[in-house]
Amino acid sequence: MLTFTLRRLLLAIPTLLVISLVIFLLVDLAPGSPMSEIPLTVPPDVRQKMIEALGADQPVFFRYMLWLRQFFWVEPMTLFDGWFGTHIVEGEQRILSWQSRSPVFTIIGQRIPQTLTVIGTAYVVGILIALPIGIYSAYRQYSFFDQIGTLFAMIGFSVPTFFSGTLLIIIFSVWLGWLPTKYDTVMEVTDWESFFKQIKQMILPVMTLGLANAATISRYMRSSMLDNMTMDYVRTARAKGMSERTVVLKHVLRNSLIPVVTVIALGIPAIFGGAIITENLFGVNGIGAALIGAIHASDLPMVQTLAFIFAVLIVLFNLIADILYGFLDPRIRYD
Amino acid sequence: MTEASITPPKPANQSSAIWQQFRTHKGALFGLCVLGFLILAVLIGPYLWVPEKLKVVDAIRLKNQGPSWRFPLGTDQLGRDMLARMLLAGRVSLAVGLVAMVIAIVFGTLIGTLAGYFRRLDGPLMRTTDMFLALPLIPLLLVLVMLFRDRIASLIGPELGAFTLIVFAIGITSWMATARIVRGEVLTLKEREYVLAARSIGARPSRIIRRHILPNVVSPVMVAATLGVAEAIITESVLSFLGLGFPPDFPTWGRLLYDGLQYMQVYPERVIWPGLAISLTVLSVNYIGDGLRDALDPRIRGR
Amino acid sequence: MKMKAALLGAVAALGIAPAAFADRGTDGEVKLTFPQAVSIMNPYLSGGTKDIYAASLVLEPLAGLDPQGVLIPKLVTEIPTLENGGISADMTSITWKLLPGLLWSDGTPVTADDAVFTWQYCTHPEGGCSQATKYEGVASVEAVDPSTIKVTFSGPKANPYTAFVSALAPVLQKKQFEACLGAAAPTCTDPNNMPIGTGAFMVTGFTVNDTVSMAANPNYRDPAKPAFATAVIKGGGDAEGSARAVMETGEFDYAWNTQIPPEAQASMAAAGKGEFVVAFGTLVERIEMNTTDPDPALPEGERATAKHPHPILSDIKVRTALSKAIDRSILVEVGYGAGGKPTCNVIPGPDAWASDNTGCIAQDMPGAMALLDEAGWKDSDGDGIRDKDGKKLHILYQTTVNPIRQDFQALIKDWWTELGVEVELKAIDPGVFFGGDAGSPDTFQKFYADVEMYANNSESPDPESYLGQYQCKNAPSPETQWQGENINRFCTPEYDALYATMATTTDMAARQDIAKKLNDMVTKDSMIVVPLVHRGTLSAHSFALGGVQINAWDTEFWNVADWTRVK
Repeated sequence: MLTFTLRRLLLAIPTLLVISLVIFLLVDLAPGSPMSEIPLTVPPDVRQKMIEALGADQPVFFRYMLWLRQFFWVEPMTLFDGWFGTHIVEGEQRILSWQSRSPVFTIIGQRIPQTLTVIGTAYVVGILIALPIGIYSAYRQYSFFDQIGTLFAMIGFSVPTFFSGTLLIIIFSVWLGWLPTKYDTVMEVTDWESFFKQIKQMILPVMTLGLANAATISRYMRSSMLDNMTMDYVRTARAKGMSERTVVLKHVLRNSLIPVVTVIALGIPAIFGGAIITENLFGVNGIGAALIGAIHASDLPMVQTLAFIFAVLIVLFNLIADILYGFLDPRIRYD
Repeated sequence: MTEASITPPKPANQSSAIWQQFRTHKGALFGLCVLGFLILAVLIGPYLWVPEKLKVVDAIRLKNQGPSWRFPLGTDQLGRDMLARMLLAGRVSLAVGLVAMVIAIVFGTLIGTLAGYFRRLDGPLMRTTDMFLALPLIPLLLVLVMLFRDRIASLIGPELGAFTLIVFAIGITSWMATARIVRGEVLTLKEREYVLAARSIGARPSRIIRRHILPNVVSPVMVAATLGVAEAIITESVLSFLGLGFPPDFPTWGRLLYDGLQYMQVYPERVIWPGLAISLTVLSVNYIGDGLRDALDPRIRGR
Repeated sequence: MKMKAALLGAVAALGIAPAAFADRGTDGEVKLTFPQAVSIMNPYLSGGTKDIYAASLVLEPLAGLDPQGVLIPKLVTEIPTLENGGISADMTSITWKLLPGLLWSDGTPVTADDAVFTWQYCTHPEGGCSQATKYEGVASVEAVDPSTIKVTFSGPKANPYTAFVSALAPVLQKKQFEACLGAAAPTCTDPNNMPIGTGAFMVTGFTVNDTVSMAANPNYRDPAKPAFATAVIKGGGDAEGSARAVMETGEFDYAWNTQIPPEAQASMAAAGKGEFVVAFGTLVERIEMNTTDPDPALPEGERATAKHPHPILSDIKVRTALSKAIDRSILVEVGYGAGGKPTCNVIPGPDAWASDNTGCIAQDMPGAMALLDEAGWKDSDGDGIRDKDGKKLHILYQTTVNPIRQDFQALIKDWWTELGVEVELKAIDPGVFFGGDAGSPDTFQKFYADVEMYANNSESPDPESYLGQYQCKNAPSPETQWQGENINRFCTPEYDALYATMATTTDMAARQDIAKKLNDMVTKDSMIVVPLVHRGTLSAHSFALGGVQINAWDTEFWNVADWTRVK
């Protein structure tokens, strides 16, 4: 397993380089320009000057190499300089967002805490709701509980978050007036009062996202459990006189987790990627909102960097999923 | 989950056996009926329910009406008949939802099976999957529109062209999850005793995959299919915001839902109708999937 | 004598007492929300109105504009005019006198050097300054003495109030931006995000594309202002969410740019927590007619260029008929409610500059049909669509993706269909449409459609530069990489000649006259531009916020120092 992991990690490097080039070319080719949000009153020659000042008129290959250098040398070294007070890359240009002229990594740094607390909590809540529902629904297939669960899951993923989020806002903020609609990102948790405020403002976005996630995961859990419930080994286990609890939670569950692990592993990079619509709706300044804003403003350095970090996480978590498969089912071998 | 006491008569062939089992699944039959009804409604509905032709001035006076005999589902902000729009919208949404889902499922299952079963293909196919997962969706779609919209439109006409492009765009951006899930399942399935047995008696890979692997990945694929329909219908409305898709006066359920959002507090029915239609479609596909899964499972079949 | 002065002083103090009852920083926090988040606080590098408006709480110009479009002094003692000698008789220079004792928020004095530096900053060839037009025609800016700024133009300048006027061209602190000239401008992250200004507030925290936190400027020139101790701008979401946060949940005091459907406006206003306010500038939603042929069969490079005149729309009768078929009042009712007015002008205001052209307001369907008949477009095969020489009257009508624009498209399509015109609609992502990427077929400059709809405005009450857009030389074409503001490729020598006289005319009444004539030339005389709706900017403020006076000519926060908490 160790050699497999090492080989995969090494292989990941060329893969990621290819992915980064493809992303770069794709974003560059996409129509749109960093000038699209500038008012029409700004004349073309001024726009041209602004594009030149951004360096956006340079050949695409040149810009790609510059980005590679900035991403793999300047940025890590800036961090190094910051920690140890050295001056290795002082004065070198970091990756700057075209839209805000701020270093992309500063923006990411500002946004990671929100992304992790809100989107991460929503994901954990989603999994915590989904697993028991999925397991019990499968155990009592076609029971009343299962039917209700199915109905909610279906509604959960057939209504998009822009709809469910708005509905929650109308109910809990407009009608009942209990919860805020705009997430206060500069609030600091210092005492119990601010802690409760933080919890309060997290409820709506977490609910919106958590329900959508729970709907998906519970369906995979249920179907996979159902597949395994009828297996011979379950019959054997029951025949041996094991308690239902042991049979279901130990034997069936473990064997049913492979698709669920895949789905969760696919979802974790998405936590970092954020939830574009939910973040926008509630004003959570997560990575998702940054990415969509950057895409609309054709902010190439920002899009490129975020998409690349996203790619790294996807590759990484897929590897982790593969390793987990091996633990869940020791028959799986990769070498 | 009780043991069957009576053995049913042996069916003539496999597909009729599957149908026999499918028929016994109440939910599946219900799903099939609902989906059939929806498809029928959107196909012949627009011929049966022809909205009155109103002049703009008159239509505006009838805007935002609630349900009535004249307008069974009410009217929208321009005084257009919602029932007629819902029926018309359903054509596009159902077609896009189902076709895009089928493309994504077939493609995803193919990639997943190949990667899971043939170790040599695993690396390249899964790295390609990683790449597609990592590509930012919106620039990808914008590039697709820029490169292909006019070309496809000039080949097969603007409306069919838009349909092809939408279905293709949704298809190629939503197969990855299925591929990874199927691959994970295949990885464990191919080490099972019966597969090893089949292999040891010299069965060809294509036969093993068809007879032993595919029937066993049906259930996660069915879940993916259910999710896929919902996702495709919603994604279609996202595409229309990017100018990829049908002309702006062409309604789809996703777009009606989004348009209704601004009026949700004042005229809630504007979001209820399209939301209900999407949910019903997804629900029926889900039950059909449940029935199909049971019917395809030889251990359940015959009980 | 002394006694009298003292008495006068006492009277004056009593007189201003009611206005000054609110001391600086006694009213707590004022919370603003924008549907687009603020990216940068430096208007010279800004990406849009959101940034300029946010920066206007901190940075100030020498002079601003009030809600009537009249110049008001901000950092100067008075507005220079010909009469007070501030403007030289030959109109080649303007001299501003700074207020005495003016301080930056860090406590250092504001001097004429700061203004000179600001001019250098924005006109540096490598800086990419987005407000460069504000300093166009400026030959030099000198500091005559620490409090006197002399701006010299390269020739007589009819409108000398461009440099250092309005929120688009504020004064930067030299000390802070000294290292940020030219190519270094974008790398100055801290100054760009937290500029030191003279405004009522100063930045205390900045999260890119999210929140700006501000506190009252301790060195603000009026010791009693601002009434609020802190201010915060939260950005992101959409117009509806912002409006809701003010009007229904009361979380915020002010929401800028809350363009939502009239029905939704009414239901939110019914909650009784706040009101919508609207200011009319020069923003006009219009249909632009293509004078060139966008036929895809034409080779790239000739498509939509002056080489091939438009086969249908070159006929003024067709253009007039299309305009006559539209009922603008219904458009306003459906899309904007109180936030819009029907208009026939490209320049709808201020009143002194607006033509009295109202000929298009009343819909005239029979007249439109008669015009098409006259032009030879008749329905000869009875399919409901007019044709001529075997060609159908088919129009491709494009605009951006936007719910109101899609409603407009649907309505106008209905009217034109009634007229016997076959209409194909197309909606494009705004980022692509306005992006101007020469590689994309969907930009508004390329205009690969017969008609297109969008909104544009003049950035100052004096519309000279705005009217300059319709000169022949500004037509986008392959040679200019499809850049240019003359979207319709409208080109007549009369227009160009009259426009040239405007640049040299200094008499105000004569200028206004020319502007009206130019306006008529592109609208009612030629129907190249078909104005639909004069749009206001709609904002929402809570009833708990006092002193709001919305302003279309400058930033909406032009008087933020006077805002108070209503108790």
